[in-house]
Amino acid sequence: MLRMLADLLAITSEPLDPGHLTARVLAAADPGEDPGVGALATFIGTVRRQNHGRVVERLTYEAYQPLAERVFASIAGEVTAEWPGVTIGLHHRVGTLEVGEASVVVVAASPHRAEAFAACRYVIERLKQVAPIWKREEFEGGERWIEGAVADLHDRHARAEARRTCA
Amino acid sequence: VRVKVKLFARLRDLAGTGELDAEVAPVSPGAAATIEDVWAAVVRRHPALEPFGATMSCARNFEYSRWGTPVEEGDEIAFLPPVSGG
Repeated sequence: MLRMLADLLAITSEPLDPGHLTARVLAAADPGEDPGVGALATFIGTVRRQNHGRVVERLTYEAYQPLAERVFASIAGEVTAEWPGVTIGLHHRVGTLEVGEASVVVVAASPHRAEAFAACRYVIERLKQVAPIWKREEFEGGERWIEGAVADLHDRHARAEARRTCA
Repeated sequence: VRVKVKLFARLRDLAGTGELDAEVAPVSPGAAATIEDVWAAVVRRHPALEPFGATMSCARNFEYSRWGTPVEEGDEIAFLPPVSGG
């Protein structure tokens, strides 16, 4: 079981492989003879060329890995509490990424599409709120750290806000 | 108590290091030293970090914590600027 979780939730410096993660999620969601999955929703975040008028050349991601792994597990637990039939996979890349490369992949498997879409959206929204991961943007003319939310895993308001985006 | 401190992203760049040791004593005798005391020790060594205290998260031994959380010998205390994963 731990091995399976390690495969489903990961932070890695290797290029992400959405097909591989999808296969892992399917295997975890349907371990037996009775396939219950009728919907797979995938979100892939990629490095965008333009950001607030700046021409982006590359992004460098770093994570506080031991905490980030626990946060990913917490997010997976929140998904299970909200959508009991959903299995998720979440892989985030660290290191330097060129424009067009995938920085994050979320896969949600469910019997029906509504829950798969909702859970997939929830995972990426929560990741942006609470995962201890940062990106430094190198753009034409300079570089800067991007800073978003002040992470607070136990902020009920933030969690409810993430939930509302996937209603 | 002596703790290990981890700094990330902009905080690390400003401090010039991602890891340092900090020695903290409780403010009053009998009270436990807290994460806030660790931050004060870090800021004494790296005053450029001071303005970031208001918009930061902290973690003790790989769990998100609060400023008032007591620290113990050998803890790993991390200070985390606003996050930007995804």
